[in-house]
Amino acid sequence: MAAVGVRHLEHNLLVYRRIWRGTVFSTILSPILFLSAMGVILGSFVPGLTEFGGVSYLAFLAPGLLAAQAMQTATIESTWPLLAGFKWLKTFQASIASPLGPRDIVFGHLYWLIVRMAVVTGIFLVVMLLFGAATSPLVVLAWPAAILTGLAFGMPMAAWTATRRTESSFPMIFRFVITPLFLFSGTFFPIERLPDFIQPLAWLTPLYHGVALSRALALGQVDQPLLLGLHAAVLIGLTGLGLLLAMRTFQRRLIV
Amino acid sequence: MPSVPAVTESLISARQLTKRFGAFTAVDSVDFDVAPGEAFGFLGPNGAGKTSTMRMIGCVSPRSDGQLRVLNMDPDTDGSRIRSRLGVVPQDDTLDNELTVFENLLIYGRYFDLSYAAAGERANELLDFVQLGERRNDLVEPLSGGMKRRLTIARGLINEPDILLLDEPTTGLDPQARHLVWERLYRLKQRGVTLVLTTHYMDEAEQLCDRLVVMDKAKIVAEGSPRQLIDRYATKEVLELRFPVGVQETLDGRLEGLGERAEHLPDRVLVYASDGEAAAAAAHDRGLQPESVLVRRSSLEDVFLRLTGRTLVE
Repeated sequence: MAAVGVRHLEHNLLVYRRIWRGTVFSTILSPILFLSAMGVILGSFVPGLTEFGGVSYLAFLAPGLLAAQAMQTATIESTWPLLAGFKWLKTFQASIASPLGPRDIVFGHLYWLIVRMAVVTGIFLVVMLLFGAATSPLVVLAWPAAILTGLAFGMPMAAWTATRRTESSFPMIFRFVITPLFLFSGTFFPIERLPDFIQPLAWLTPLYHGVALSRALALGQVDQPLLLGLHAAVLIGLTGLGLLLAMRTFQRRLIV
Repeated sequence: MPSVPAVTESLISARQLTKRFGAFTAVDSVDFDVAPGEAFGFLGPNGAGKTSTMRMIGCVSPRSDGQLRVLNMDPDTDGSRIRSRLGVVPQDDTLDNELTVFENLLIYGRYFDLSYAAAGERANELLDFVQLGERRNDLVEPLSGGMKRRLTIARGLINEPDILLLDEPTTGLDPQARHLVWERLYRLKQRGVTLVLTTHYMDEAEQLCDRLVVMDKAKIVAEGSPRQLIDRYATKEVLELRFPVGVQETLDGRLEGLGERAEHLPDRVLVYASDGEAAAAAAHDRGLQPESVLVRRSSLEDVFLRLTGRTLVE
């Protein structure tokens, strides 16, 4: 038998081979639009950020957007396409009728998220470099950091999607979770600029840790390795928790 | 039905097999055996427990009670090994719309650990078998219902299974598509593939099944070959009488003795008799004036009616 999840990754890659052309344009265009409008043009009105050693707004913003992009893509990948497997196409029923089981679907999704995050954030990083938005060679480490950020959202979302009968709550997730996180987790401005009583809340949001980790690496500001380790640990912990919960919820949904 | 010890030569053997969902009992203590090479059917109306039984055999639904052996293994502990030797054609096609016809088979072959080369070769053979070779590189989405069903059957055969499980293989198909599916399944049967199918169509059961059980309200109510069941629970022929509106209610005992017995359906009366024409003549002699008279051979529909007091397809 192949290692758990590998066959589902193959399945996803087979589908991706068919549809990647449709996604590549928006994947390249999105960072170009954001970095030019907000990083370059809006950034020209923003003074150097003292918290970050006076770096340009573009250099500050880019790694934040990188992490946020991973969050959004992973969340999308872990909602509608999974509900299609459970409900609309019922392809997961076909999976469990084969020697594979719910665990294979969950691990396959994890591997698929890693591949998908690697592509999306990899392209984002290249665009960042072309914009001159990275100031340290350590920026290559922002790549796995962004992938991890995606997993920290995608796996808990996958676990949750397996408990859903309809897609009605997915737009709410974006409106009331993803968008507020995008705006207030340090992507566009340092959380230190938030009112004092809100700052601890930012600490509790997973995106903040992804943004802080990606940014520290992209700017080469790694003088607090313990803090960076803590950020990474939060993201790994959420990924692992999501994985465990997903194994339970997928099992309950499929084996009845 | 008397309980006999599980037969080890059977491919599938169930004793007091039970499935409960909370307080609801979907399958209530059923016994059956499926022998190698036979076509075995579960006949019954919607909600009789057929699909729940199939899912337990397919090792995707744990049993609540009783014994079940599939390929001489226990689904609770050897589910994956059993599934590697089963082919499953579910009620919903469960195909991947984002892939082509060929790719659907290819990736499913990979699920069974076939190499890409072996899965591809097998996929091409199967597409020819189900007459979809020309649609090989088309996406699944635009295919007709009958084509999708044939593709799902091909997918169920990708691992050369010992048993093919078919849950309502022709429900929702038009008559032409149904006959094409039946013809392919008949060929599989002739090749010695063991078929286990559920259906609520009596003609499907009669066409395909060597042996079947009739299920109603979670229980098995009869078991045998289609011929045996008809002989046991019905007469050779049936006389169907349709009366003008309002007349059927006034017949009282006037049909008494025309045949062995009579069933009153909302729209017609069925008289069970060994000689339908003679019964029709007798009805005429009694001065009955039905709007229409039909004499036909008994079918599994009559068996079901006798056993449950209801028709199969409402």
